[in-house]
Amino acid sequence: MSLALQTFSSVKDANAALQAAGTRYLGGGTLVVRAANEGDVSTSSLVRVTDPGLSRIAVADGDVRLGASVTMAAIARHPELAALAPAARAVGGPAIRNMATVGGNLFAPAPYGDFAVALLALDATIVTEDGETPIEAFLASRDTSRAIITAVGFALPKVESFRFLKVSRVKPKGVSVLSIAVVLERTADGTVSSARIALGCMADRPIRAIAAEKALLGCKLAPGEIAPALAAAGEGVAPITDPIASAWYRAEVLPVHLGRLLLG
Amino acid sequence: MAKVPVQFTLNGAEKAEFIESGTTLLNALRDKIGDTSPKGGCHQGTCGACSVIIDGELRLSCLTLAETCNGADIKTTAGLAEGGVLHPLQRAFLDAFATQCGFCTPGMIMAAKVLLDRTPNPSREDVVEALSGNICRCTGYEPIIQAVLVAARANSQNAA
Repeated sequence: MSLALQTFSSVKDANAALQAAGTRYLGGGTLVVRAANEGDVSTSSLVRVTDPGLSRIAVADGDVRLGASVTMAAIARHPELAALAPAARAVGGPAIRNMATVGGNLFAPAPYGDFAVALLALDATIVTEDGETPIEAFLASRDTSRAIITAVGFALPKVESFRFLKVSRVKPKGVSVLSIAVVLERTADGTVSSARIALGCMADRPIRAIAAEKALLGCKLAPGEIAPALAAAGEGVAPITDPIASAWYRAEVLPVHLGRLLLG
Repeated sequence: MAKVPVQFTLNGAEKAEFIESGTTLLNALRDKIGDTSPKGGCHQGTCGACSVIIDGELRLSCLTLAETCNGADIKTTAGLAEGGVLHPLQRAFLDAFATQCGFCTPGMIMAAKVLLDRTPNPSREDVVEALSGNICRCTGYEPIIQAVLVAARANSQNAA
């Protein structure tokens, strides 16, 4: 392995260094060091930033801002982020969660990146030195993204309005067959007034189930009422095939698991 | 390739080495410093055999670059026994037949140590969760879970 690591105290200097060919940003190492160990020689230089601000969690007036270097373990144990703990705990085992970062998860290819699925459902904003980008636009262009992510921001969901499910074959921890995150608003009588559904493993990166979101509006969470939403869940998906599951299998079980998540 | 200096505390002893930039902590520990207790299994963060404790947190040394550990306090399974007396976890692993081929054992013990340091009386579910990032292909896990529970009881009896 031939890798040179450059350490910077500021994001600005690191951003400049990151423009060089063959350079990648090092967060927790669970993606880029893994790639290097696997024999990926396309990266010759790694850049990291030690600014402690990147590891900060700020919760104020219902708004959350997670520094890009915040780890899954830090989210899982934060008392004000209890709603997100299931999504953070879905990532890896304890050692991985001590290393894997919010910023890195946004770049994790399927079947990884379960926390990014939650961020997509939460309609998060991706923050760089150049400004802020909605997560959907960011995910669409992430392959060519060269600006270091400094933070993600979103409105803190109520515990009862955020639902997350990761399905894996190995218990208690395994790689995703699929993951689903749902943010639901409901009126006093339980009717769905807004829905945002994000899916993992249903493409090479997290995607929204827009047809299912629309079909869920005006429904109560009862088997008969959500049936059209479940039937629409697979619209536009292109699941991955890997040793965990085939694309066919993932598409077949998606409505089953979405139904369990909505009715559970 | 330029060499870079690294210095950290390993099992209570100061260590300083010159390593090639980009060297993983696993390779630095095994090939440079001579602590072969962390094992290189998958090098992908999947198996947990390389687990070490860095500043009190369980981490995977195969995915950690040694240069990022400057000034850190690193603990490995090789540093657990004191004066030839095995750590209660090591004793329990032996007594419960929790070791067969032994390759996963140092990683399992590191994961269990972090658990017991924070949760002296863990439930079975706590143990399963703590070991969930470590793969064993021999034992079927049950003897390992039992060993950790036995070690926890031994610890709490010593403390009482």
